[in-house]
Parts: sequence; structure tokens; C-alpha cells
Amino acid sequence: MENLQLVLPEIFLSLSIMFLLILGVFKKNSSRLVQSLSLAVLIVTAVITFNETIGIIETKLFNNSIIIDYLSSLMKIITLLAAFLVLIISSNYLKTFQIFKIEYPILILSSVLGMMVMINSNDLIVFYMGLELQSLALYVLATFNRDQIKSSEAGLKYFVLSALSSGLLLYGCSLIYGFTGSTNFNVIADQLNSNEYALTFGIVFILVGLAFKISAVPFHMWAPDVYEGSPTSVTLFFTMVPKIAALTVFIRFLYVPFLNLIDQWQMILIFLSIASMLFGAIAAIGQTNLKRLVAYSSIGHVGYALAGVAAGTNDGIQSSVIYITIYIIMNLGLFSCLLMLKRDNNYYEKIDDLSGLSKNHPMLALSLLIILFSLAGIPPLAGFFAKFYVFKAVIEQSMYFLAIVGLLSTVVAAFYYLRLIKIMYFDEQKEKYDTDHGFWLKFSLTASTLLILIYFIFPSQLIEVVSRINII
Amino acid sequence: MNFPILSSLILLPSIGALFLFFTKSDKKNNFTGKYVALFTSAVNFFLSIYLWILFDPTTSEFQFVEERIWIKDLINYKVGVDGISILFILLTTFITPLCIISVNNSIKERLSEFLIAVLIMESFMIGVFCSLDLVIFYLFFEAGLIPMFLIIGIWGGARRVYSAFKFFLYTLLGSVLMLVAIITIYWLNGTTDVVELYNSGIDIKYQNLLWLAFFSSFAVKTPMWPVHTWLPDAHVEAPTAGSVLLAAILLKMAGYGFIRFSLGLFPAASEIFTPLIYTLSVIAIIFTSFIALMQEDMKKLIAYSSVAHMGYVTLGIFTIQQQGIEGSIIQMISHGLVSAALFLCVGVVYDRMHSRLINTYGGIVSIIPKYSILFMLFTLAALGLPGTSGFVGEFLILMGAFKDNFLVAVIASLGVIIGAAYMLWLYKRVVFGKLINTDLKQMFDLNRSELFILSCLAVPTLFFGFYPDPLINTIEVSISDLIDQYNFKLASKT
Repeated sequence: MENLQLVLPEIFLSLSIMFLLILGVFKKNSSRLVQSLSLAVLIVTAVITFNETIGIIETKLFNNSIIIDYLSSLMKIITLLAAFLVLIISSNYLKTFQIFKIEYPILILSSVLGMMVMINSNDLIVFYMGLELQSLALYVLATFNRDQIKSSEAGLKYFVLSALSSGLLLYGCSLIYGFTGSTNFNVIADQLNSNEYALTFGIVFILVGLAFKISAVPFHMWAPDVYEGSPTSVTLFFTMVPKIAALTVFIRFLYVPFLNLIDQWQMILIFLSIASMLFGAIAAIGQTNLKRLVAYSSIGHVGYALAGVAAGTNDGIQSSVIYITIYIIMNLGLFSCLLMLKRDNNYYEKIDDLSGLSKNHPMLALSLLIILFSLAGIPPLAGFFAKFYVFKAVIEQSMYFLAIVGLLSTVVAAFYYLRLIKIMYFDEQKEKYDTDHGFWLKFSLTASTLLILIYFIFPSQLIEVVSRINII
Repeated sequence: MNFPILSSLILLPSIGALFLFFTKSDKKNNFTGKYVALFTSAVNFFLSIYLWILFDPTTSEFQFVEERIWIKDLINYKVGVDGISILFILLTTFITPLCIISVNNSIKERLSEFLIAVLIMESFMIGVFCSLDLVIFYLFFEAGLIPMFLIIGIWGGARRVYSAFKFFLYTLLGSVLMLVAIITIYWLNGTTDVVELYNSGIDIKYQNLLWLAFFSSFAVKTPMWPVHTWLPDAHVEAPTAGSVLLAAILLKMAGYGFIRFSLGLFPAASEIFTPLIYTLSVIAIIFTSFIALMQEDMKKLIAYSSVAHMGYVTLGIFTIQQQGIEGSIIQMISHGLVSAALFLCVGVVYDRMHSRLINTYGGIVSIIPKYSILFMLFTLAALGLPGTSGFVGEFLILMGAFKDNFLVAVIASLGVIIGAAYMLWLYKRVVFGKLINTDLKQMFDLNRSELFILSCLAVPTLFFGFYPDPLINTIEVSISDLIDQYNFKLASKT
């Protein structure tokens, strides 16, 4: 029974999903009700997670296939809160396109369930199961605006490429199983024979699959198209939530079974990190669509988060958790702004549509200004601290090359963030946008902007939260 | 003395900015907005005067030190002043109110936003000069980019976008390497506290690379040849008040950084790289003076002259002589006053004629005599005429240079002549000569606020020119101690 108590969040979430599905089927016009209930479910799940597991010492369940520790609980809570915010600010957007349906919250809940399983996994099979659950829900979400050809294209593209990467990942799992005789992370760690090159192949294949999910270069090709084509609220979900789970799995997978092979995978991770940072920065320069630009910027940010993982220390892991948390807050603010660029039931997503925003909507422009400077990593905003912690961990390991390339690519990246600011502040104004955005959208923008702005006053709190993460 | 005077100096302008932010910005309130800004910065100025009075110049210890835990086990918020930094704080608090008065004439739209940017800028600049922790220093140093970018970009001239981007990216590029160096120092010494680092010293193996990383940041900011090209663009396009802030204070951050960090933390590396600095400084002095000679745009000319003057500053700093460093600091203060005044002078005629080209003007001496007199004073101060503060700085620097390296000093002295040439020629072409452009006849002389600002700048320029003792007294002990420390560390190879 005690075991079940520890997976209570997952159980509760899956039961709720089934209940909501049935409710939605039998009750007509229940999309609003399902939406509200889903929000409640997310919050309750987060509370349960917090109460049941946050203080617990590391526990493994079900024949060691599931692990509950501080990292997993923390990441689950972040996931749930992020999903909650996405869901709550997307309703206006969905209503505009008349796709405010019961499936939307249920699909989000299902993918969140998949992510929670991923985060909990201590076994390749469990991990793969969670991964597929979240991916399947995401494919459908990407095509959610099915009347738009771009949305369908995005979903199909994501499906095909993601299936390919899942195949590679599964192949990697089977290689590892073949050479160690188990799918359990701890058993693999015990059985590890570092002279076995096939094992390295296995790791590489799995890393390819994971890099695809987290959209790290060179497995990022799907991201710009999918981000552009998907409904904006889904894009917001894509840029935030799956990355948390994927990052956790990155950490768990590399540090539990394969810590001894760090020499083998560290180079791969450094490469992924450098390539993502540089490519994300350079490719974003030419973009004219805001969502594509955000896609490239998120590729870049993933690179920084991976730099922390590449460091190979607890400090590094903690710094990349901090990074992803701050990144989520910044992204939330950024997308809240995007969702406010609405006029006559039409959303604008070209970068020129920001033109002269500071004259028509000074507060919106100011918030976006703060968020963009933070994304560029300029002190004293939160984005700077995120980068600071990561590079502090990286330099501790004397990985100067990674640090210097990373910081130089922030200069390149600063260029396109500045370009957006230039368009907002220096260019001529255009027509005004609507201002009736609903409470939650305004709330999320204000809250994220303020958090970014005043983070420097209380920097210790976040560090204290993550300082209990202890993997090695 | 428990009153946190330095933190108040840093915070006060920001609070004023916050207050401005919440006052509505229609036409009528813009007026009160300006008084709010002026009041805040004036209070800050008097507070800094009070700081100077309380300051004890007989010790080189850091004074008014405040320290509190900021990021646990990592960084402490630590501020303090010594003789080197206090004058820069005074310069900042002195120039900012003048900038705010000057917006009367030049900034037409979004006034309260402009004032907010200026006030926040003041906070950051004071923060740079009194932070005693490398990370805090970096934080303030970089944060200043945001308001300056907006000042150039929103209120600037025709090519403002290009200039703002160039300014931002150049400076950021220089600074990121400094961040790597700061984190490296943290891992080498376990702290980023400047005082502790002074005491413990930094491993000689790493000093060269760390020095270069800091240098990359300061060289861009100073700016030294060949990374000076952002400065003319930024100056030309920035609004008058922006140019003043940029020339008078922002450039001094780098000079201050050289003294505080390059000399203080990396003596061995400084010794090795002194020839590099000498070379670049001499090139800056001679080369950019010649460039300045050929400029058609008044602001650009003054911008290039700033590069040349900063060349003297870097030269003076790395002589590691008492006179040299004292001269550098006085030169920086003097340049802060004089270049601010020159930019304001250009602003005055620009506001009337909307042209910065030298050949628009000529023969205005009889039309606007008051202006011509003050302009002459600052022109002479810029070329270092005895009796102005410019002379004291240049003289001391060259004295230090002669002690250290005869050849460099001779070449640098030649720069003085070219400096006199371009400044006097500028003055001659603008003020004297025949009145050809008849539009100029409609120009009116300085109004009250302009006269006030320029007189405020003229008084210290002359006063410190005749009687530099208050400045020298303030910095003397700190500098001699810095040099002693430097030589001691050099001798003991740490």
C-alpha cells in the first residue's frame, strides 16, 4: 500500500483523465467544465506530489523500475505547474479559432502523465512507455487546429520524425539490454563493462532519441516547422513542458547507469550543447516569423541547459534545473505577449507586427523588453543568473571551450533579441491590438515579468530549492 | 556610521525612476516628472558631497563598506569606496543632474521614459564604481547596456539603430570574456571579493589569460584603438544627454577597471602587457588625433578626441608611477567635465540649426558671444591649456611616462600638439571667420538653463586647473598604496 501512496499523483492523474473523457463524451458542451476540472486536477496532482513525495528519501518501487526522489518530485511539480499555466492562458486563443474542445485539456493531461512516468522512470521500458504516451498526445495536439493546413503539416511532420527517433531510441535500448542483460538503470550500472563498444552505440542511439525530443542540434529540424504550424498555445506547451521531462531523463539516464562512461558521453553532450547554442543563435537571425524565431531561441536555450548536464557534477545538474526553470518563466512571458498580439479575431505572428508596439501598448512592450533582455542574458535580469550558474558549473570542470563558445553565442543571440526590441521601440507604430485579454493572460505576463525583474533581489531561494538535488 | 550611504546612492535614482514610472506621462506631468528626476539626482549629488566630506583621505582602506549575504555561499553584496573610486562617484552624481536639465532643449518626445533611463543609468554607474565584488561589478557594468541602448536607439539621430546595435554588441562581446575570467577567479580563489583577492593574490600561472579577458572588456569600453569604432557612431547618433553620459561617465568605467582590477589583481600580467598598452595608447593618441583633424561633423570630432584622451589615460595608468596614475584619474575627471561640456556646446547649436556639420557654421562669435566664450574655455581645456584641469591631467601623465619610458612619452607629447591643432581649428571654423550662412543670424544666445549647465561645468574645470589639490589629496594615499602593493606582489611573484 505504501508503494501505491508514492505513485498516488500518477494514479490520480490517470483516473481523472478517464473520468474527464467519459464526462466529455456524455455531457454535451462540456468543454468549459472539462477545462476547469483539468486545471483543478493539475493543481491537486501538484499538491499531492508536494505532500507525498517532496520530502522523501530516495525510494524505488515496483521491482526498482520507478524511482521517487527529490529530483523527480521537483521536476514533476514544475511540469504540472507549467502545464497548468499553459492550459489556463490558452483558452482565449482556442476560442478564437473555435477549437475550444474537451480533447485539448485531456490531451494535455495525458502528455503530462507521460512526462511524469518519464521523470519517474528508473528502467528503460518504463521510460520508453512514458515517452511514447507523451509523444502520442503531442502529435494530436500539434494538429489540433486541423482545418489549417499548416497545423496538420506540423503534426504529420512531428509524427514521422518523432517515430523515427523513437525507433532509434528503442534500438539503443535493445543494444543496452543485449549487453547488460537488464533494462533497469541500477542493474545496468552494476553490469557495466566499459570495454564494450556496443554499449557506447546504445548510449548514442538513446541520446539521439532524447536530443530529438529536447530539440538539440543536429536533431532539431522538426522544431521550427512544428512550432510554426501548431496552434500558438500548443507551441507554448512544446517549448516548455516536454523539455523538462526530457532534461530529467537526460540527467537520470546519463548519471545513474552510465556515470562510469562519462568520458564517452561527455563529448557527445558538449557537442550537442555547443551546436545547439551556436546554431540556435545564428539561425534565428534570419527569421521573420515570431514562432520560428522562438523555436530557434529555444534550441539555443536547450544548448545552455545541456551545458550544465555536460559538466558531470551535481552543481551542473542543479544549474541546468535552474536554467530550465528560469527559461520556462521567460518563455511563459514571451508567449503571453504573443497571445496578446490579436486584432479582429486574428493573431499576428510576424516580427514586423511588433512594429512600434511601445507607442500603442507601452506596458506590453516594456514587459516584452524585459523578457527579451532576460532571454539574451543581460544582467541584472533572471536570464543572466541562469547562464551564470551554468557557466559557473562548466568552468569548475575547466571546460573553457564550452564556456567561451557558449558566452560568445549569447552575443550572437543578443542580436536577434535586440532586433525585436528595435522593432518595438525604434520603428513606426502600426494599428493597435485588442486589449481585452482576460485575467489569466495578463496575470501570467505580469507575474513572469516581475519574477524576471526582481529575481536578483532573492537569488538564493531558487538555489536552495535545487540544492537538494543529489544524483551522484 | 551605520547609515548605508553607498547603497542609498545606488538606490536613490532607481527609486526616483520608479516614482516617475508610476506618474502619468501626459504633457503637464512631464513637467513635474522632470522636477522629480532633477530633485532625485540633486539629492544624490549632495549625498555624494557629504560622502566626500566624511571620506578620510589619509588611508587607503575601503571606507563605508557594506556587506550582506546575497547569494548564499557564493556572492556577497559588498560595496565600499577608496580614494580611487570616490571621485568617479562624484563625477557621476555631478553630471547626471546637468544631463537632466539639458533635456529641456533636446528631448521632445517620451520625456519621462528618457528620464527613467537616465536615472537607472545613474544607479548602475554608481554601482560600478563602488562595488567590491567582481560579480556585482560585472552586474552593474553590463546592466548599463540596457538603458544606454534604449537612449541611443529611441532618442538618437538618423543612424541610431546601427549605432545602438554596434554599441551593444561590441560591449557585450568584450564583456563575456570577463565573465569567464570572473568565474575562473572564483574557482581559483574561492571568492570574488575584491578585498580578499587583493590580499591573497591570484596564481601567477593564470594571470596572463585572466588579464587578457579583463582587457578585452575594458579595451572595448575605454575605447582603445582598434576597437574604438563604436564610439564615434554611438556619440554622433545619441541625443546630447546620452553623449554626455557616454563620454563623461561610461568611458571612465574602463579606466577605473584598469586601475582597480588589472593593476590590483594581476600585477605580474600587467607588467608583461605594459608594452601592449603603451603601443595601443600611443596609436590611439596619434592616429585618432589625425582622424579627428579630418572630421566634418563636430560630434564625431569630439568623439575621436575622446579616444585620444582616453589613450593618455591608459598610458598613464600603466606607467605604474604615482604621477602617471594620479594624472590618469585627474584626466578622466577633467575629460568627464570637458567632453560633457563640449557635447553640450554642440547640442546648443544643434538645437538651433539642426546641423552638426562644421561648415554650416562660421562667424558666430558676434551673434552668440556668451556661447563663444564658454565654448572657447572648453576648447582650451580639451587641448590642455595650463590653468584648466585638462593640463593637470596631461602633465602628470606625461611626467609619469617620462619616468617610465622616454620614447613613449615623447611620442605622446607630440599628440598634444595635434590635439591643440584639431581643437583650435574646430573652434576657428565654427566661431570665427566670415559669416556666410545667413540663417545663422537667427540664432539666439544661451538661455538660462544652458548657461547654468555650462557654467557649472566651467567652474570645476577652472578651479581644479588652478588648484588640483582637493583631487590629489583624495587619491594620493590610495594610489601610493596601490603602487606599493603592486611592486610588493611583483617582487614576491604572486
